[in-house]
Amino acid sequence: MPRITREQVLYTARLARLRLTDDEARAMTRHLEAILDYAAQLETVDTEGVEPMSHVMALETPLRSDAPQAGLSADDALANAPGSDGTHFLVPKILDSETQA
Amino acid sequence: MAAPIASLIELCADLESGRSSAVALVENVFARADEVDGALQTLLHPRRAAALEEAAVSDARRAAGRLRSPLDGIPIAIKDNIVQAGEPASCASRILEGYRSPFSATAVERLRGAGAVIVARTNMDEFAMGSSTENSVRGPSRNPWSLERTPGGSSGGSAAAVSAGIVPLALGSDTGGSIRQPASFCGVVGMKPTYGRVSRRGLVAFASSLDQIGPIARSARDCALLLDVLSGADPGDSTALPEAALESHRALDGDVSGLRIGLPKEIRETPGVSPEVLTKVEEAVAELERAGARSLEVSLPHTRFALATYYLISTAEASGNLARFDGVRYGFRASSDGGGVTPMYERTRSAGFGDEVKRRILLGTFALSAGYYDAYYRKAQQLRTLLLRDFEAAFQHCDVLALPTTPQPAFRIGEKTGEPLSMYLTDVFTVPANLTGAPGVSLPCGFQDGLPLGLQLMGRPLEDATVLRVADAFQRRSEYHLQRPPL
Amino acid sequence: MNASERYEVVIGLEVHVQLRTQSKLFSTAKVGFGDAPNHNVNELCLALPGALPVLNAHAVELAVRAGLATHCRINTHSVFARKNYFYPDLPKGYQISQYEQPLCSAGWLDVIAAEGEAAQRIGITRIHMEEDAGKSLHEGRAGSAVDLNRSGVPLIEVVFEPDLRSARQAVACLRTLREILRYMGVSDGDMEKGQFRCDANVSLRRHGESALGTRREIKNLNSFRFAAAAIEQEVAAQAEILDAGGAVVQATLGYDVDKGRCFVMRSKENADDYRYFPDPDLLPLKLTQQRIEAIRATLPELPEQRRARFEQDLGLRADDARVLTASRTLADWFEVAALAHGAPQTVAKWVLRDVLGALRERDRDASALALQPEHFAKLLALQDAGRITAKGVRQLLPELLFEGGDPETLLRARGLEAVSDSAELEALVTRVLDENTAVQKSYAAGDTRALNFLMGKVMRETRGRADPQRVRALLLGKLER
Ligand SMILES: [Mg+2]
Ligand SMILES: [Zn+2]
Repeated sequence: MPRITREQVLYTARLARLRLTDDEARAMTRHLEAILDYAAQLETVDTEGVEPMSHVMALETPLRSDAPQAGLSADDALANAPGSDGTHFLVPKILDSETQA
Repeated sequence: MAAPIASLIELCADLESGRSSAVALVENVFARADEVDGALQTLLHPRRAAALEEAAVSDARRAAGRLRSPLDGIPIAIKDNIVQAGEPASCASRILEGYRSPFSATAVERLRGAGAVIVARTNMDEFAMGSSTENSVRGPSRNPWSLERTPGGSSGGSAAAVSAGIVPLALGSDTGGSIRQPASFCGVVGMKPTYGRVSRRGLVAFASSLDQIGPIARSARDCALLLDVLSGADPGDSTALPEAALESHRALDGDVSGLRIGLPKEIRETPGVSPEVLTKVEEAVAELERAGARSLEVSLPHTRFALATYYLISTAEASGNLARFDGVRYGFRASSDGGGVTPMYERTRSAGFGDEVKRRILLGTFALSAGYYDAYYRKAQQLRTLLLRDFEAAFQHCDVLALPTTPQPAFRIGEKTGEPLSMYLTDVFTVPANLTGAPGVSLPCGFQDGLPLGLQLMGRPLEDATVLRVADAFQRRSEYHLQRPPL
Repeated sequence: MNASERYEVVIGLEVHVQLRTQSKLFSTAKVGFGDAPNHNVNELCLALPGALPVLNAHAVELAVRAGLATHCRINTHSVFARKNYFYPDLPKGYQISQYEQPLCSAGWLDVIAAEGEAAQRIGITRIHMEEDAGKSLHEGRAGSAVDLNRSGVPLIEVVFEPDLRSARQAVACLRTLREILRYMGVSDGDMEKGQFRCDANVSLRRHGESALGTRREIKNLNSFRFAAAAIEQEVAAQAEILDAGGAVVQATLGYDVDKGRCFVMRSKENADDYRYFPDPDLLPLKLTQQRIEAIRATLPELPEQRRARFEQDLGLRADDARVLTASRTLADWFEVAALAHGAPQTVAKWVLRDVLGALRERDRDASALALQPEHFAKLLALQDAGRITAKGVRQLLPELLFEGGDPETLLRARGLEAVSDSAELEALVTRVLDENTAVQKSYAAGDTRALNFLMGKVMRETRGRADPQRVRALLLGKLER
C-alpha cells in the first residue's frame, strides 16, 4: 500500500490552501511518498513510553507584565496590505460556506 | 580592481590605525560587489546610500572617541529572512513581494546598537528551505570557488558573500544546517549557536524549535566577536535563553590541552560520505591532539534517524509558520476570480510559494493531520528525545564532537533539484545540532578537487565559547581559512 | 406532550470569556473597545513575519482565579498549542490555544435554575486560555473588511460537561458563571462588547437512554435571551426530526437573531482538521503550588459563600441575600453600610426597596453609587434618632445616592430636620385643633376620617418634618381626653 495517495495529497493541499495542477499533484505524490518511505525507518525504533519533545529547553515560558505599549499606527498596519480602504483590510467576500466561528 | 575585503580583525586594526575608514570599507564592499556579484548573485537590496551615511556617522563617532563596539563601522550583510525596519524582507519568495518590515529583528537592533553598518540583504533558499540557494525567486547564488556549483544553503548568499570578500561578516539562519553547510561549501566559518542564544525575534520563522540566527565570517575569532554582539536575553522572544550576552572572544586563548574530542563512530557508517572528508576531519583532530587535546570514539546510535526526524518536525512547524502568508495583510495576492476567500488563498499561496516550500508545507500538514499525527509528528518528537539522550551520554565522555559538516563538497547547480530526498541527505550531519539545541560551528579543514571541506565541531548546549575556542585553536595551527577563492 | 417530555434534552456549553487585562494575551498591544479599526495592533496582532508571542502574566493570574472560583484543579504544567485554520480575521493562520494540557480541569458550578429550586451541580471539563480572533465585516457587496483590534485579546474558554437538561437551566448556568467571574474580577462579562460568548451543543435522547444522541452546536450566542431562544428552537427542531423517524446530522449552527432561527453554517462533511500541535514559539506554562496558593489567598469570597454568610450572620432572608450578593459592588456596599449601621435587616430593607429602586429607575448598577456606604448608614441612623422621617430619607436619597455627601449637612440645608421638639409639636397640634373645632366634633360623633384630616393638617404645617406616628399619638391623646 502506498504511504500517501494522490487523494491524500489533494486533501492535504486543501487543508494547506494550496492548489495543485495535475502535474504538480503527480510530482508531489511521488516526492512525498519517497520522503515518507525514508521516514518509515522511524517505525523500527521502539518509542514506547518515550516522552515526546517539543523543545530542547526544559525551561518554562517567561511572563511579561500587563503593560500596554504603543503598537503600529493604522497607516503602518495597512501599509503593506494588498487590499485596504484606509481603515480596514479588504478581502474578497467571505461566503457563508466559508464562515468560521 | 577591487580587492577582497579583509577579515574583521584586520579591518578593526585598519580602522584603529586610521589606515581605513568606515566609509572606505563600505565603498570597498560595493566596489567588490560590482566586480564579482554579477556572477555570484549573493546580494539583494544593497543599501548603498544609507550604508555610506551610517558609515560616515560611525567615522564621526570614532573621531570623537565614542566607539560603541569593535564592530563599529564594520560592514555586514544580513540574510533576507531577518527583518530590518523600513527595508524589504522577501525571504527570496514571491509571496513577500514588495513587503517592507515596520520593525527590526533584535539581532538587527543589536548590530546597529554596536555601530555595524548593514550594507545589503543576502540571497537564500526561499523561506530558508533548501541546501543550495537554488530555491530563490531571484535565481541561484553561485559558489565563489566554482561558479557552476552551489554555495550551499539556505544561507548561501551570506556564505558566498563572505567567501568572495564582498563583506567581512554576514548573518545567516540555521534550522538544519543552513549556516554550517554553506560555510563549509564556501570555505568560511559559520556557527549555529546554542538554541536560544540569539533572539529569534524578527527572524522569519521556518521551524521555531530549531531556528537560530548565527554569524558567518572568515575566522572563528571574527565569529566570536559577532556572536558576542548578537547574544543575550531578549524579553521579546519566549525561547531566548535568560543568560547575559556572551564574551566568547575572551575565551579564545588557543589552549585545548586536556580537551576531549569525541569522534562519533556512526559517521563512517553513513552512506555517501567522501573518504577525503573523513580523512580531513581526522587530520584536523590529529592537529588538535598535537595541541594537547585527546580524542576518543563515541557512539550516537540514534543519529541515523536524525534526518527523518528533522524533516517531520521542521515541516510540521513550517506548515503553521507559513500559514500567515495568505495575501490578506501584506505581500503578494492573486486575484480571487470571484467566489470567496478560499480561492484567493489557494491562488495566492500556489503562485506565491515555490515548489520546495509547497512540498514542505504539504509534508508538514500531512504529518499533523488527523490520523497521522501519532505515526509521524509524535513519533519524530519521541526520536528527538532519544537523540538528545544520545548526545547527553556522549558529552559525559567528551567536551566537543568532531565530524564533517557535509558528506561531500559543493555539488553542481541543478544536480539535486529533481530529487528532493537526495538534497535533504546533504544535511545528515548538521541536523542533530538543531534537534538537540547544541552549538555547532563549521570551519575549513581542507580541499577536495579545489573545493573547500568543512570540519564541524559541536559542543554541549550553552558551551558556545568552548566550540569557538577549539575552532580558533585549530585556525591558529592551520591556514585553510586564509585561502581565497580564485575570483 | 412537548419535546422535553418526549425526550431528554442534553446540553453542553462552551463559554468564551474575555479576561480583564489592559494588553493582549501574547502582545503588548492595547485591549480596547470601540476604537477606530486597526488601531490597537502591533506586529504580532498582524502576524507580520518575525513577530513572536510572549505571555501576559496578568492574564494567567485571572485564568487561575477563574479556575479556583469554579473548583477546578489548576495544572502546574500546561501547554499552548496551535489550532490551525485559515480565515481572514485569524492573522497567523492559527489560534494559540491550549489543547491536550489546559490550565484548569475538572471543576464544577452549582446552578439554581429558578427561585426555590434545588441547586444542580454542573461539571466543568476544563478551562483553557486562548487568544481571540479579529473581526470580519461582511457588509460590502464586493468584499469583506477585516479589523484586527480584537486579534490577540485574552480569553478563557470554559467547557462544561453535558450536564444541563433545559434551556432555562443552561441560561441559569451562564448567569451563575458570569456572576462569579465578575465577582472575581476575572472579566467584566459585558455581553454587548463580546466579552462573554457562548456556544451550546444540543442533543436529544429517549428518556432512560444512556448514550448521547447526535449533537449540533450553536455558535456565538451573545445574549442570555438569544441563548435561551436558540436552544429552545434547536430542541424543537431536533424533536421534529426524531419524531419523523429521521436522524440528526452533526452540524455547526448559527443563530439568526432577526429570524429567530438556527441555520447550518458547516455540516459534518467538511469536518475540521485543526492539526493541533504544541506551539514551538512558547514553552510550557509552569506554576508552582505556592503561586497557586498565593492567588487563592487573594480571591474574594465567592458569591455563594457570601450569600450563606449574609443569611446566617446577618439574619437576612435567602431571597434578599441572593439579590444583595448578585454583584460584588452591591454586596460590598451593603455590607459596609450594614456593619456601620448595626441593624443589617433594616439596612437590607432600605437597600432592596429604595436603593435598588433608584438604580433601576436610572438603569444603572451599583457601581453608579456615589454615596459612601458609611454615609448611608448615618442617614438611617438619623432616622432612627427621629431627626429625619422616612419620607425625608426618601426625599434625600436620589441626590445622595448619585452625588454623595454627608446626609446631616444635606438634611439641614434642605430644612428637612424632623420636628422633634415635643413642646413645639404639642403647640402646633393644639393650634390645629383650636382652628378645627367642627372637625373635632365630627370625630367625637364617630367619623374616623376626621383623624386623617387633622393628621394631614399637622403634617402640612410641619412640611413633613414630623414623625407621623408621634403626631397621631398626640392628636389621639387630645381628642380622647
Ligand atoms: Mg470550543
Ligand atoms: Zn475557543
